This record gives sequence, C-alpha cells and structure tokens, in this order.
Amino acid sequence: MKFIKIEDCYKVYKNGVTATAGLNLEIDKGEFVFIIGSTGCGKSTLIKMLYREEKPTKGKIIVGGVNVAKLRNSKVYKLRRKLGIVFQDFKLLPKLSVYENVAFPLTSMGLKKSQIRPRVIKALELVGLKNKIRSYPNELSAGMQQRVCIARAMVNEPKLLICDEPTGNLDPETSKEIMEVLDAINKDLGTTIVMVTHDKDIVNRMKKRVILLDNGVLVSDELKGKYKAHESI
Amino acid sequence: MKAFRILTRSISDGFKSVFRNFSLSLASILCTTITLILVSVALVISVNIENFTKEIEEDLSIVVFVENSATPDDIEQIRSQLLSIDNINSEEIFYQSKDEVKTEMQSESEVFDAVMSQWEGDDNPLKDTFQIKVIDIEQIGETAEEISKIDHISSVNYGEGMVEKMVNAFKWIERIAYGAVLALVIVTVFLIINTIKLTIFSRQREIGIMRLVGASNFVIKNPFIVEGMVIGLIGSIIPVCCVILGYTALYDYSSGHIFTPLIKLISPMPFIYFVALVVVIIGIIVGMIGSASATRKYLKV
Repeated sequence: MKFIKIEDCYKVYKNGVTATAGLNLEIDKGEFVFIIGSTGCGKSTLIKMLYREEKPTKGKIIVGGVNVAKLRNSKVYKLRRKLGIVFQDFKLLPKLSVYENVAFPLTSMGLKKSQIRPRVIKALELVGLKNKIRSYPNELSAGMQQRVCIARAMVNEPKLLICDEPTGNLDPETSKEIMEVLDAINKDLGTTIVMVTHDKDIVNRMKKRVILLDNGVLVSDELKGKYKAHESI
Repeated sequence: MKAFRILTRSISDGFKSVFRNFSLSLASILCTTITLILVSVALVISVNIENFTKEIEEDLSIVVFVENSATPDDIEQIRSQLLSIDNINSEEIFYQSKDEVKTEMQSESEVFDAVMSQWEGDDNPLKDTFQIKVIDIEQIGETAEEISKIDHISSVNYGEGMVEKMVNAFKWIERIAYGAVLALVIVTVFLIINTIKLTIFSRQREIGIMRLVGASNFVIKNPFIVEGMVIGLIGSIIPVCCVILGYTALYDYSSGHIFTPLIKLISPMPFIYFVALVVVIIGIIVGMIGSASATRKYLKV
C-alpha cells in the first residue's frame, strides 16, 4: 500500500478551468518529492487536494489510507492533524508569539499545557529557533518566520509534510537553509515531503524525485530528476 | 477533560474578543440593552395584566335569583339545567336559600340585622339565589342570557358588561405587549448576527489558519458563540437594574395599585427577580442564537 495514491484524478473549477486531467500518481512513505511545472499547470491544485482544501471532481486521492476525496467538511480537521503544511506566505498569527504560534495546533486540539510544552520545544529545536521562543513574527526575518511555520507544521509529528513553495519569498541563501531543515526532517524523522517549487537551483541541487506537470497532466516522473534546459518556469 | 479544556479556552477567547473589538461590541450591547429594557417593561406589564385580570375574573360571578313560587323540586331542576350549560364551572355553583342569605346579610351589618330580624318565613322578601362562576369571561353575557331562559328564574345579575369589557381590553394590551416583545427579540437577533459577522470577517485570516492547522469546527465556532452570549449578558445588566429599581419604586409610589384599587400590582419581592432572570436568560439566548446563525452562515466550515 502506497502512502499517497492518486487515481484518475480530475479537477474542473466552476469557471470551467481544468486544473488536473486524469492524474495518476503514487508516493511512498519517506519519499521527498518535488512537484514542478509552469504557472497554471495544476501543481497548486494537486497539493490543495492532498490537504482537502479542494475536492477532486472525479477520481480517488488516498492519503495514509483515507480517501480524501470523500472526506466530509466537518471531518477535514482530522486529516489536517495528521499532516503538516508549510506555506509560501508563512501564515503565522501576528498577535501570538513564536511559542504560541507553534503551540497553536496543539492548543486547538485541547491538549494539556504540560503535554504541549515539550513538543513545542522539540519542534523549535528541530528548526534551530529555540532561542526565539518569546519573539513575535514581525520581529523575525523571513527565513526565521518560515522556520517557525515548519516547526508549527511538525509539532504534530505528522507523517506527511506538504510544502507550497516554501522558498518562494526567500533569498537563495536563506532558501538553502530552509532546504537543509526540510532535508533533515525527511532523513532523520522519515517524514514524507511533497514540495511544490519554482526554484530551479534547489531542484537541481537536491537530486530528489521530480514530478513535472503540464496542463494538469503528468509529463515526467524521474528519480533524481532535474530541471531540463528546455523547460520554462 | 479535553472537551472541558477546549470549552474554558473558548470561553476566555469569547470574553477577550468582546473587549478586543469593544467599539463593535458596544453597538450590539447598546441595542441589546434598549431591546431588553423594552422587553422587561412589556414583560412587567403583561404579567401584571394577566395577574389582575385573573383576580377580577375570579371575583366575577353571576347571581341567579329564583322566583319565590319555586318548590324544592324546581330548585333541583334549575341546578341540573345550570350544570348542563357549557360555560359554567360545575364546581362553582353555590345555592343559598333566602334564609341563608338573610343570616349572611345580618351578620355583615347591624342595620341589616335590626331590620331583617323582623322578617320570618314568607315575610322574607329576599330570594333564593345561585352564585355561579363562568369559565370564559368573554362570553359571560351569552351565558347569563341562556340562564334567564330557564323556568322559575326571576332575574340574572352579573358585572353589567363593564367589567368584562375592561378585562377584554386588557387582554388585548397583553397580547400586543407579547407581540412587541417577540418582534424586539427578533430584531436583536439580527443585530447580533451582524456584529458577529463583522467579527468573523475581521478575523477571517486567523480562522483560515486555524482550519489549516487542524482545529475542529467546534473549536473554531465556540468562541464566537460565547462572544454572542457575553454581548447578551452585558446587554442585560442595565435592563435588570431598571427592572429591580424601577418596579420597586413604582410599587412604593403607587402603594400597590394603579388608578383604582381594582388594578393591583404584583408584590415586587419575588416578582422582580423572576423578571430579571427572564431578561438575563433572554439576553443570553438571543446572543447565542444570533452568533450561532452568523457562524453557520459566514464560517464556511
């Protein structure tokens, strides 16, 4: 049984735009996968369907044994607790401190303070921000904010980490640091990572599995893939 | 235990949210206050009307005078015919022979006693009477007419139309007051829906993030519902004070009755606390309904 299995997945938006057309994809536990493609190729839709922000029009999407396509709105939170999501724009709450931001998923689950604290510290250690615990998001650099976002995604110890262009707002040097953090999470904790990106350098350097989408169809799927010269981004 | 922690958290979040967006909440609180003041006035009026109309109704009876020529058999006949009339309360038919009436009147006044002590047997000009209570006061006229058609009845007496017209009018006032209360409550619900809607819009980003990191609908909705209830609760403070102070003052000033001794006010002691409690509960429930429907509409969860 594959960890993520996408079968014959179609997504047509209400305005008639087809985002994915008959997509088939399998991802194993512990893999690190890049999803690339030009703007509007359906990669964002694909990962949004993975965390059930969008529902496929047709087809199956199975994440960790659950058919996400059939998940009811009121049960979505159960899926979200099993996976972590990292966003391009971080989505941190400005009025909460770093600690409170990372603890947010756990407090909303109703855990005890004594249960929350060690897990938050652990997650912040993972991204190397243990000393920024009392800071607020606007006092941090963009790279640090992204690390807080990663810590928040990892605080539930999910089996799957979904990253939506996590380096899109960062300079190359900071991007490199973020990728090191993600790579460490993948290697040390065995977390499956699915990452959408536009960053040619990162994909070429990391030498991971690369899935290329175009117009909602899978064009190529290579282990240790690279951006090809003719591909436009 | 876990649900309890989530609940206490949402209660504190709800309270915080009321004071964080205080200018926004203030509008709703003031509207709730005004509504609840009117609600409590209407409530006081209608409960009082209900109370004294009931008292008047209880006092109001039909007196039936029997002809002097009627035999004891005829009297039994009249009694059974009275029992067959629908609007008559069958447990409240009291018969008094003219001798009993005489004794009763004698005991009430010395003048009567002096005059009546000379009446013996057939000299007694009084008549045998039935005292009857009706079930529906509004039909007392028809009932009296029906009774007068029975044989051996000399005359039928009741409140002569005045009292039941007054009772009737007060019943209408009561209905209008209840209607006004209902309308005001509905208006307040909409005001609270609006306030919560604005709060939700101003916190949409936060709500979106909560959903993305796996907060359940319960956790997301609860603070808003608590917020609505807090608005209702704060909004009911001034009305409660108004009721307690205002009604006590009114009662003291009017010494317990308005216009005529017939219209008695309810004694304030347990009554004002009852009204205050009802007002607080209405405030809280209205806040809850308003925010629950706002979250259902505007939180796409």
